[in-house]
Amino acid sequence: MKEYWRKITDKYGFPKVCITLFLLLLIALAFMMKQDVAAMFGDSLVRITMNGILVLAMVPSIVSGTGLNFGLSLGIITGLLAGCISIEMNMRGMAAFLWALVMSVPMSLIVGYGYGWLLNKVKGDEMTVGTYVGFSIVSLMSIGWMVIPFTSPEMVWAIGGTGLRSTITLTNRYAKVLDDFMAIPVLGTKIPTGALLFFALFCLLMWLFLRSKTGMAMMAAGDNPRFAAASGINVNRQRMIGTVLSTVLGGIGILVYAQSFGFLQLYQAPLMMPFAATAAILIGGATAKKATIAHVISGTILFQALLTISLPVINQLMPVGNLSEVIRIIVSNGVILYALTKVGGSH
Amino acid sequence: MQTQTSTKPRALAAPNALWQFVARHPVPLSFAVLCLLTVAAADLPLVFVLNELVTRLSRNLFLVLSLIIPVLAGMGLNFALVIGAMAGQIGLIAVKIWDIGGFSGFIIAVLFSTPFALLFGYLTGLTLNKTKGREMITSMILGFFANGLWQLVFLLFIGTIIPVNNPEIILKGGVGLKNALDLKFIQYAIDRMLHVNIMGIEIPIVTFAVIAVLCWATKFIVTTKIGQEFRSLGQDLHIAQVAGIQTDKVRIIAITISTVLAAWGQIIFLQNIGTLNTYASHEQVGMFAIAALLIGGATVVKATISDAIIGTVLFHTLFIASPQAGNNLFGDAQIGEFFRVFIAYGVIGMSLLLHAWHKYMEARKKTMQE
Repeated sequence: MKEYWRKITDKYGFPKVCITLFLLLLIALAFMMKQDVAAMFGDSLVRITMNGILVLAMVPSIVSGTGLNFGLSLGIITGLLAGCISIEMNMRGMAAFLWALVMSVPMSLIVGYGYGWLLNKVKGDEMTVGTYVGFSIVSLMSIGWMVIPFTSPEMVWAIGGTGLRSTITLTNRYAKVLDDFMAIPVLGTKIPTGALLFFALFCLLMWLFLRSKTGMAMMAAGDNPRFAAASGINVNRQRMIGTVLSTVLGGIGILVYAQSFGFLQLYQAPLMMPFAATAAILIGGATAKKATIAHVISGTILFQALLTISLPVINQLMPVGNLSEVIRIIVSNGVILYALTKVGGSH
Repeated sequence: MQTQTSTKPRALAAPNALWQFVARHPVPLSFAVLCLLTVAAADLPLVFVLNELVTRLSRNLFLVLSLIIPVLAGMGLNFALVIGAMAGQIGLIAVKIWDIGGFSGFIIAVLFSTPFALLFGYLTGLTLNKTKGREMITSMILGFFANGLWQLVFLLFIGTIIPVNNPEIILKGGVGLKNALDLKFIQYAIDRMLHVNIMGIEIPIVTFAVIAVLCWATKFIVTTKIGQEFRSLGQDLHIAQVAGIQTDKVRIIAITISTVLAAWGQIIFLQNIGTLNTYASHEQVGMFAIAALLIGGATVVKATISDAIIGTVLFHTLFIASPQAGNNLFGDAQIGEFFRVFIAYGVIGMSLLLHAWHKYMEARKKTMQE
């Protein structure tokens, strides 16, 4: 039994096994409590597609050797800015969403380039520096949201007429455009086909990219920088590509998130988002040095299903406070902590 | 003509000395300028600013000083200060439950929190020993993680596993602590024990005496054997290990001292504030203390008592003045509010960046030489 446990934790990683067991327990409890399990699965599916691309954004940064991208908030901010601009241009529906995506990319490229340049100067401390660069930019941008001269009455505060609201409702704009695209109703819930396809498309593109020449070079640079440099790969350039890609995916990811959530959340909201994405990919079995698309998919499924299902089940078991939020904090930071202790010291 | 030529070298020498002074202390000086500008823009009465500043110094300086020893020991900035603050809050919650007010309540809170702080410090040390070289990101995540455990304990365990019969602090359902606990019974327990009023500025003598004792103790520790070991760890962990120092043990001691001091610091902080936000009071302790220390001119590898004092003065001057300055300059106090949060994060980010950059350049120089 002990042998078997060790074999399984070695193969899938300790967090993944634990979370899977916990999730199975919760599902069993949900069945026993006669809760609407079908609706739970539907909700989980929506949340998986909602968060998937943000989690996917971790892959290029991990494989290119810059570690977990705690500065993903930079990409998130460019995505939010693009989302606001598309409303300011008074666009609606799928067009607004797609334009926001298109506009976010050049902004993310610029920001990602700067961030990548920075990360190349601080090799070995990317995670610590990245976290605080992210925090600083989020708080600087909090001033930005107040002073950028947007005029759309849907976005600025009703009183005073300047400064964006802290949450912008997308109901009349592009809320659910992906989720409702070819949605299939099943057992009282619906499958968000469009969002699912969108996520699958990006996973496929990333999978293809990692098998292209550049992708291979990037993985080699991340795996063993010295060896890669010796075989003629420009390691700094590969790290730059990884960071830029991660930032671009962050921008796209937050727009997908926002259309499903129905709101653009500004100001301090992006502050902790990178941590959730990091936790998801780590639960999937990734480490700070190794990540695959399979890790993204399984991690997002496990983490989001856990969050979705734990809420009603735990609230029924123990109707105190916001316990599922507490579980989210413990699980996500616990797995990040576990991953950090596994990287091994540099001394 | 004669006088002009003779004064010329002196006139040159003076700016040169000034320039050297500026070049040696760029961070505190630029923040001093920023502070002066902000205070000027805020246009607040001087007595108000000074009064606030004295209060905030007495409230925060202990916490800032508790950061120094891990820096000496080469463990960087202790973002896990949050965990020490939690231990302090456990002490306060305990005296709240037992309802012991005044100075005796304060002392019991300190005594009760200490074993928790020792335990937490030990556990933090164990974790940080597993992640040498990335202590700062680990201690930060550890702080977040501990915050989750804190919420679990005080939302769920109070009233179920830990029996508490005090409807004043327990939520309606009988489980979990309320969001805010009134600490009026212990407020100003040491601040108002002995205080003087100089031209409208109230100075809590006992609190400052306690802080002075801590300054002295920190200085004293550095001269002892363990202090020397901290310093040699800070110089080079590897060489210290080769020299026969039990590095893991010394690192645990350093972080434990910091955690215990943070616990006491948080008690001093909250006895001044007078309310405990059960689920929020500790959250930003680490960040604000670290930002204050760095503004004083400390770095990830070097921190002194004067850095802590100067930094706390500058950071909190900025804190007092920036909302009003934001209001006067942009017509919105919220901008000033965001600005000071940006300063806190920005100065930490900048400092970490410069340190990492420096480390990377050194490493590259080494490999180039090889």
